Amino acid sequence: MDPRFATESQVTVTATINGTPSTFTVPAHRTLLDALRTDLGLTGTKSSCTEGECGACTVMLDGKAVNSCLVLAAEVDGHEVTTIEALSPDGGSDLQRAFLEQGAVQCGFCIPGQVMSAEYLLSHNPDPTVEEIRSAMSGNLCRCASYNRIVEAVRTTAQERVNSRG
Amino acid sequence: MLTYYRARTLAEALEVLGQKDVEGRVLLGGTDLLVGLRHQQGDPPRVLVDLKGVTDLGDPITVTDDGLRVGPTMTMAELASHQVVRSWYPALVEAAVEVGSVAIRNRATMVGNICNASPASDTAPPLLVHEASVRIASVAGERTVPISSFFVSPRVSACGRGEVVVALELPRPVPGTGSAYLRLTRRWGVDLITVSVAAAVHGDGRVLLGLGAVGPTPLLVELPSGLDLQDRSAIDGALEEALVVATPISDIRAGADYRAAMLKELARRAVQAALESTRRAGDGSPVRN
Repeated sequence: MDPRFATESQVTVTATINGTPSTFTVPAHRTLLDALRTDLGLTGTKSSCTEGECGACTVMLDGKAVNSCLVLAAEVDGHEVTTIEALSPDGGSDLQRAFLEQGAVQCGFCIPGQVMSAEYLLSHNPDPTVEEIRSAMSGNLCRCASYNRIVEAVRTTAQERVNSRG
Repeated sequence: MLTYYRARTLAEALEVLGQKDVEGRVLLGGTDLLVGLRHQQGDPPRVLVDLKGVTDLGDPITVTDDGLRVGPTMTMAELASHQVVRSWYPALVEAAVEVGSVAIRNRATMVGNICNASPASDTAPPLLVHEASVRIASVAGERTVPISSFFVSPRVSACGRGEVVVALELPRPVPGTGSAYLRLTRRWGVDLITVSVAAAVHGDGRVLLGLGAVGPTPLLVELPSGLDLQDRSAIDGALEEALVVATPISDIRAGADYRAAMLKELARRAVQAALESTRRAGDGSPVRN
């Protein structure tokens, strides 16, 4: 047996997490989701289905929305990860406030993932239609079924951002 | 027990994957592989060989006068927004935009999708009707397999142990070619197919259909030459004969009878959509998605 593969490897990862360079060592099998929550203490990202069906663990990797449960921590070495914690120090970004104002938050468990998917959508489509919002966020499940209010929160935020840019 | 290995060259990757006592698997997007690892499906790999840091695989996508070459790291999202793909292979775009969710498509690769060799793969039917070839490398060298013989059985492809798919090659469609992909699912977003059909009406007159989730592998069939695509009863007759290769089963998504009935209807609609696509071909209008 090749000695490189005889034991489970510990992988040392250096990545930019929410703008700050960070180095941590994890077993090879650890997902980005588990590394964020367990090794880095960033518990805003939620763990639910852990198989890419629900979107609760959505983060951005190099600016693109991904399911952090389907990425190994080892894979983000040299890359940039942005989690819900980066949006505002107190959970009060314009989009997060819109979720509250629209009453889109019931149990709240899916909301960090919903917000990250919405931010990703708005990053490349600043003024989406309702259909585009529904389609872009179809990978984020809400078992309280707040979908209409979530869509409304994203739509009003997009309009406010477009208006404020004049 | 698992080891993560980030290969820097293809030779490094092939050396590790070729070791007899190492249960190695290629890691690309990981959107299917990590689900399998969590549920410990099949023989769990000991070594995941990540190809995303390999520097000698060439560009993720290359366009030539003869066609297109797609490398292993090209994601579904990148593929679906590529202008040449959108213009030459509309069925492939219509399939790529339906795989999983936005977050899945940002990570999942087309090469990974076909290497999983699922009979319900979305990109397999369009690749079949556009007559793709698969370039497979091992320490012994490279070989090319037509995609029509790449799928062997559920979850088994012609890419064997110690081998890596280094590219999918698509011939440039002859002028006047159009294609379309239609899929039936239980809900609108984020679902695996119950049945799917890709159709290509080639500029040289050939009409090919790629069928998803109605057999142990994705299937390719050709309709008889000279078929009048405006003649509904002629098409129905041709489909009746061509679709006998389908052997749908009953499972969690649908019963066998329902699948067979929907296959015929989807095939009829896909042929018409491909025909409409030939009329749009070359005029620069965007594909449906």
